[in-house]
Amino acid sequence: MNLIDQTFTRLKENQKTALIPFLTIGDPDVDTSVQIIAELEAAGADIVELGVPYSDPLADGPVIQRASQRALKHQVNIVSCMEAAVKARAAGVKLPFILFTYYNPVLQFGLDRFFEEVKKHDISGLIIPDLPVEESAELTRRAETAEIHVIPLVAPTSNERIKSIVAGAKGFVYCVSSLGVTGERSSFFVGVEEFIGQVKQYTDIPAVVGFGISNREQAEKFARISDGVVVGSAIVRQIEEAIPLLQNMDTRQEGLLQIRKFVAQLK
Amino acid sequence: MTQLPDQNGRFGEFGGRFVPETLMNALIHLEESYKHFSQEPSFQEELSYLLKQYSGRETPLYYAERLSKYLGKAKIYLKREDLNHTGAHKINNALAQGVLAKRMGKNKVIAETGAGQHGVATATVAALLGMECKVFMGEEDTKRQALNVFRMQLLGAEVIPVSSGSRTLKDAGNEALRYWVSNVEDTFYILGSAVGPHPYPMMVRNFQRIIGDETRRQILEVEGRLPDHVVAAIGGGSNAIGMFYPFIEDQDVALIGVEAAGKGVETAFHASTMSKGTKGVFQGSMSYLLQDKFGQVQEAFSISAGLDYPGVGPEHSYLKDIERAKYVPVTDQEALDALQLLCRTEGIIPALESAHAIAQVVKMAPGLSSDDIVVICLSGRGDKDVESIMAYTGGKQA
Repeated sequence: MNLIDQTFTRLKENQKTALIPFLTIGDPDVDTSVQIIAELEAAGADIVELGVPYSDPLADGPVIQRASQRALKHQVNIVSCMEAAVKARAAGVKLPFILFTYYNPVLQFGLDRFFEEVKKHDISGLIIPDLPVEESAELTRRAETAEIHVIPLVAPTSNERIKSIVAGAKGFVYCVSSLGVTGERSSFFVGVEEFIGQVKQYTDIPAVVGFGISNREQAEKFARISDGVVVGSAIVRQIEEAIPLLQNMDTRQEGLLQIRKFVAQLK
Repeated sequence: MTQLPDQNGRFGEFGGRFVPETLMNALIHLEESYKHFSQEPSFQEELSYLLKQYSGRETPLYYAERLSKYLGKAKIYLKREDLNHTGAHKINNALAQGVLAKRMGKNKVIAETGAGQHGVATATVAALLGMECKVFMGEEDTKRQALNVFRMQLLGAEVIPVSSGSRTLKDAGNEALRYWVSNVEDTFYILGSAVGPHPYPMMVRNFQRIIGDETRRQILEVEGRLPDHVVAAIGGGSNAIGMFYPFIEDQDVALIGVEAAGKGVETAFHASTMSKGTKGVFQGSMSYLLQDKFGQVQEAFSISAGLDYPGVGPEHSYLKDIERAKYVPVTDQEALDALQLLCRTEGIIPALESAHAIAQVVKMAPGLSSDDIVVICLSGRGDKDVESIMAYTGGKQA
């Protein structure tokens, strides 16, 4: 059974919802990312999204754009991101990994070889924000063979598309909380509750909300109406602010602790 | 005429729609609205009226006699898109998309711009049609083209400097798409080249094909036959696809796209997507692309801001792969030399973009015969470039 499914089964039994943090791998460097992943788990994360830095991140706001730029400066690529998963596992991290990547790095890797490597690196799922259902047949077919979940995104503008997007979906459905790119925000799509309800009408797999969730109050609000929340930019910002601490051996633990504390209070 | 793209927006394997889900319904709705309104006689009437009375079409197909004599053999014609209102072919597409936006009930438009030509064209159309306009422009470009920034502001547009990535055209395009994702319900994105997700490459081609349609008719009138060579500069490729498209079925007409080689294709400083790029997904479609082996998009380089783009329109990638069109690189220096040649032989200052097409004909000239007819798309005028040419040559003539 895919680790993501195991996680949601366990959460459901305990009547809990998932906390899914995102981080950009390689920001500020891969080894630090590996340590942060361990902190995320310690803080109560249930699944973690490993963000592959990309030169042209169309779906991302300024915080994740900046993190990508920092990671790309020292040549972090899709291979180093997969290796981070293996390193985290070796360090004792148990939670499932989802690779969050734009489509072009996957395409250049070669679809066949890509899934072999994803499997080899103990990654359970994929989120590809620029690959709508119309373009994803080739990838989905290979993912199914490899038993990797491709997590579909549905948006407040999806309307009648929801049904075809979630048909046959595995893992969970990622509901985009509002119009726009990633990044902290104070207001969300007004019909978001109804929107999640619509998604649930067409699928039995968990529905998770993301984009813009940045504090405890918002996380609690969305956890009540869904099966979990993704927190991305807010964590990436915490990491950004902690970089001076993380890069100094004397203060590194303090920096890691700061990130852990922030994530722990979201739960 | 080719029936491409197919229903998925594909030209062979190129094209498609690689965008966040939030935009998908907007793109589908745009395609439906385009198909619906562009068929309406009143849409065609309004657009034809504006192209004629406002932009000054049709543009002349001018026999460049002194340039022809100087180069020796073939007869060279210039399709004078530089004589359009705002000085380039960009207005053809901006007017058409503006009229479409209006009919779709959208009163806010956005655009991306590199050198500022498309931004100025969109700001112009927004003023004409009474729409609110935001133009995204790389911070680097706002500095290099300060005059165009002011021009857009004069026309009532808001210019938004983009400080992400390389702070040039590709980043302006990214930021326009991001803004559109956030404001998709009331905003129309007037995309300026034959790139991006479906239906843009198709729509922009169809709005620019007036260049090729007129050329075909004009050359038949004057010469009684079709040209042997049609040459156009290519960044994203909107003037080139507009010029090529009506000639695609005419197998005897050679179609030549000229891309920017910057300091040379063997250096790291070029924008030769066709010569040096590989297939990939960028800004919503599959096409040739300048990228590294991990799929990170590389920065392009050219003296011409309009060609300084790491991608290319998907239909061009298709025409290259089926070998219907040929794509060749021309360096900064070759383009500058050709620009000066046209200034002195014909009294026309071409845009740096268009100068690349002229340079290609200069290079081809020794191999042409006196019966040959060549048409060059003179896509824009060079007034906007005078300052950067002066900086490049140190004020001296080459």
